[in-house]
Amino acid sequence: MPMIAFLILFPFAAALVLSFMKRHGTGRKLFIFASCILIVAGVLYFTVDSFVGGGDLSLLPDTKVVDMGMLAAEIGMMGLIVYYGVRFRKYYVALLSVVQTGLIAWLELSGKNEIAGNHIFSDKLTVIMVLIVGIVGCLICVYAVGYMKDYHARHPEFADRRSFFFAMLFVFLGAMFGLIFSSNLTWIYFFWEITSLCSFLLIGYNKTPQAVRNSFRALWMNLLGGLGFAAAIVYAALVLHVNTLQDLVALGGGAIIPVILLAFAGLTKSAQLPFSGWLLGAMVAPTPTSALLHSATMVKAGVYLLIRLAPAMSGNLAGTMVTTIGGFTFLATSMLAISQSDGKKVLAYSTVSNLGLIAACAGVGMHEAVWAGVLLMMFHAVSKSLMFLSVGAVENSIGSRNIEDMHGLIVKLPEMAFVMIVGIAGMFLAPFGMLISKWAALKAFVDSKSILLVVFLIFGSATTLFYWTKWLGKLVAVIHNSERLPNTVKGSEWFSLISQAFLMIGLCISFPLVSTYLVEPFLADMFHETLPAIISSGNLYIMLIMLCAIVILPIAVRFLTFGKKRKIVMSYMGGANAGNDRAFVNSFGEQKPMYLAGWYMEEYFGEKKILKPSLILSTAALLVLMTIAIGGAV
Amino acid sequence: MELVWRIVWVAGYVLLAPLLGGLLAGFDRKISARMQGRKGPSVWQPFYDLYKLFKKQSVVVNNVQDFLVYGFLLFIVFTGGLFFFGGDILLVFFALTLAGIFFIMSACSANSPYSAMGAQRELMQMMAYEPMVLLAAIGFYISTGSFSVMDIIAAKDSAICYLPGIFAGFLFILTIKFRKSPYDLSTTHHAHQEMVKGLTTELSGNILACVELSHWYENVFLLGVVGLFIVNSTWWSWLIAVAVILIAYFLEILIDNVFPRVKWQNMLKASWVVTLVAGVINLLILTMIK
Amino acid sequence: MNISKSPWLLHYDGSSCNGCDIEVLACLTPVYDVERFGVINTGNPKHADIFLITGGINHQNADVVRQIYNQMPKPKVVVAVGICACNGGIFKECYNILGGVDTVLPVDIYVPGCAARPEAIIDGVVKAVALLDEKRKKAAAPPQRKEVG
Repeated sequence: MPMIAFLILFPFAAALVLSFMKRHGTGRKLFIFASCILIVAGVLYFTVDSFVGGGDLSLLPDTKVVDMGMLAAEIGMMGLIVYYGVRFRKYYVALLSVVQTGLIAWLELSGKNEIAGNHIFSDKLTVIMVLIVGIVGCLICVYAVGYMKDYHARHPEFADRRSFFFAMLFVFLGAMFGLIFSSNLTWIYFFWEITSLCSFLLIGYNKTPQAVRNSFRALWMNLLGGLGFAAAIVYAALVLHVNTLQDLVALGGGAIIPVILLAFAGLTKSAQLPFSGWLLGAMVAPTPTSALLHSATMVKAGVYLLIRLAPAMSGNLAGTMVTTIGGFTFLATSMLAISQSDGKKVLAYSTVSNLGLIAACAGVGMHEAVWAGVLLMMFHAVSKSLMFLSVGAVENSIGSRNIEDMHGLIVKLPEMAFVMIVGIAGMFLAPFGMLISKWAALKAFVDSKSILLVVFLIFGSATTLFYWTKWLGKLVAVIHNSERLPNTVKGSEWFSLISQAFLMIGLCISFPLVSTYLVEPFLADMFHETLPAIISSGNLYIMLIMLCAIVILPIAVRFLTFGKKRKIVMSYMGGANAGNDRAFVNSFGEQKPMYLAGWYMEEYFGEKKILKPSLILSTAALLVLMTIAIGGAV
Repeated sequence: MELVWRIVWVAGYVLLAPLLGGLLAGFDRKISARMQGRKGPSVWQPFYDLYKLFKKQSVVVNNVQDFLVYGFLLFIVFTGGLFFFGGDILLVFFALTLAGIFFIMSACSANSPYSAMGAQRELMQMMAYEPMVLLAAIGFYISTGSFSVMDIIAAKDSAICYLPGIFAGFLFILTIKFRKSPYDLSTTHHAHQEMVKGLTTELSGNILACVELSHWYENVFLLGVVGLFIVNSTWWSWLIAVAVILIAYFLEILIDNVFPRVKWQNMLKASWVVTLVAGVINLLILTMIK
Repeated sequence: MNISKSPWLLHYDGSSCNGCDIEVLACLTPVYDVERFGVINTGNPKHADIFLITGGINHQNADVVRQIYNQMPKPKVVVAVGICACNGGIFKECYNILGGVDTVLPVDIYVPGCAARPEAIIDGVVKAVALLDEKRKKAAAPPQRKEVG
């Protein structure tokens, strides 16, 4: 229990201290490192403790004072949002905020929300989330220290508000811990709103017109979800007389209206179509922001909520809504990712796409589907944050984050390319993490007889394959006569990247353990049944063999070809190669540089072609399904 | 005892697949020649080619190409081995994808215009056939209740009774996998000179021989999947399976000789439409009756 | 087994009038069917064993021919098809013509004719094939012929 309080409160305290540390220098750096170490230590202690102590925790039934404090803070946040809304003439944002805060305040003050129930809850899913948020989140913070220094050196035009930036990162972590540990819906809502506000402030960090526009987009979309959340709380309290998430889920199909409203909130938070816009807009912010939003925190809050709701969505319209939207998002955004050449944008679309798959898994609500969803969430958190941070580091080194400019990175920045290859392999390749989960998801979708989902998944897998392999191909191109670039990546950034690469590999190797000791117990609690192993031990061995083969292969090949004479020749360019593989002689007898581009197929998969129809389709599907579900229940 | 048999199957595949694959390629060339009114080379010609390639000097454009090609060979053999071992069919297809990616990487690493173009086209081909391949695995699962090849061949009825649409769709994408016209976009045995040799442009000598060998392994494995649609618990179903495999192979040769090559747009649309129409409708009906 | 059982060739059109090229392609047609001998027209120097050139060498293509030759793995044979490829032929005195293929490459087989008949071309290829085996045997014993270019 003290550990939980520490994990929630410490980041806020650290943020407070950081916001006063205006001076750039070693002091702040050390403070951030120390805080991160403390948080990680706390997370590990909590994990070990929950294994040793075992079982789930439910705490704090009576919290009148804290509730009032939260209400005051919420009203404060509303004031801030209204202020920004008026200042930038975005009145709808202010309106959204006032309405939902008003709802909650009325509920709290009228005393209708005084239903017995615990406020804090912790089970194995909590442990998983704490690990993700704590470790990945802290590694991102460590990375941010070095990155922000370079960032401001490269962009003198932006005001240096680093103390604010770091403070916000820690607030984010604290809010995420709060959200994960809370059981009371009002508490979850409180932390939920903090993350919305925080993301708004972080995205707008640069204060450029584009950043402001995108930050407001993030704000209104998340506030809309927050409105759904608030409505769900009010309905649950007034009609169903429950105020904790666990009790609500236990009601099952009887609670379809709040469940569907919460699911709606979850979908906005995890940037599913039609709300994918805010996450893509978040790219204007410095890389640690995007990494934090995409991998460890913000979007994970959405799918976390959906996974919690999974048993209540199994086989009803709420589930249908979530699976349809999730599955469709998976396919549509992975197609969109094909047409993007901006590395961060590809990552953004792939995040939305993967979250769609997780959401769909949660929406199916079956044992194996949720198993796949939880594992997907873990693998995604690590590999996506690894990818974001390495794209950021490459951008600081070569001055571009365009995938085309990463051509031949394996020669220019071999270590960086290695880290990226680990990240990409983790995203989609057998026998690495994500694929195992995709496999289980596919099986679950077939078992639940949702053909539509199967179709989304098989086509989505094919398109996912395309954009990742294209990127991988760019990285491994070996260009003649190219030299290594000076590695300008800072020590703290390196530390973060390398630890995440090892985390990724470690997770791939140890995932059967993770599954047995973390995911399975959680599912057994949630569904009150134990299933035989979802992936048989025979297949696990086979995957381990594959993993070993990949590791041993380069060494074996070196031995095989050792001492063999090979002649290195120029690449074939119809005989007009100008001496190396960088240029050819054109018909005027002049040398012309060669440029090899990947396929982006704008006219088939471009945003202009696909984005609008998918937004319209998904909005329509969302509206229709929500109307039918709520109408049917009333 | 059963395990011993399964290992015998794998050993048989690893040892005999090159022979079988080479012979199939030889007959392919002979039959193609006859279809064009030529005499054609000996059926052993592919083996002569392979022998020669191993004996030639190997010229490379960089030092990672060969590693990636060996990866391709290794994982193709692994894929086929796992299939003939009776493993999980989804895992088999995932391993196949991994092998394909190794091959594409080897072409990308060459940093040469023709192999880069071949790599992008190969990627496009993968995107075109991947949904149908996964759908075939799902079809097996629904019709027999298991992803395991061992269980699928022990089923009472042949899978094709439930999966005629998916079988047709699989034959369709087999044209892409066999690199046959009209879908031989990335590399080909024909003299399509606008892309030189696509993916394999920068490979030579023993490295090219490895690619040839991998293709033989791959083809035998793919024909094995065709047979999987037919085989059931009776012994005579094996004979029918062999007949169907031969007919399927002949059909691919015929298609190869009849159709001109198409653009990638055409290939992508056609294979996805076939997947949706033949595959998904088959699946829909199957989930309704099962 | 001999490597000559699988001669893959690369056909390069120098400054030919296309007469010989048509005859070369005629060899692939059902009437002559060189694939009987395992011959494949690869179009890629890295796969080829036989470098078959039609037409003379001019200033523009001299470097190209050299480069392609150097990209071919050993053992390799050069066949000059048609009188222009042998010594420049009717274009020999042209301002832009350097001469036959042997001005830039060591030619192994000369197939004269204007245009060279398919029978002659096949005959040349068969001779080239025999040379391939010989060269492979020789390759063991250094010194090798110096690379041109």
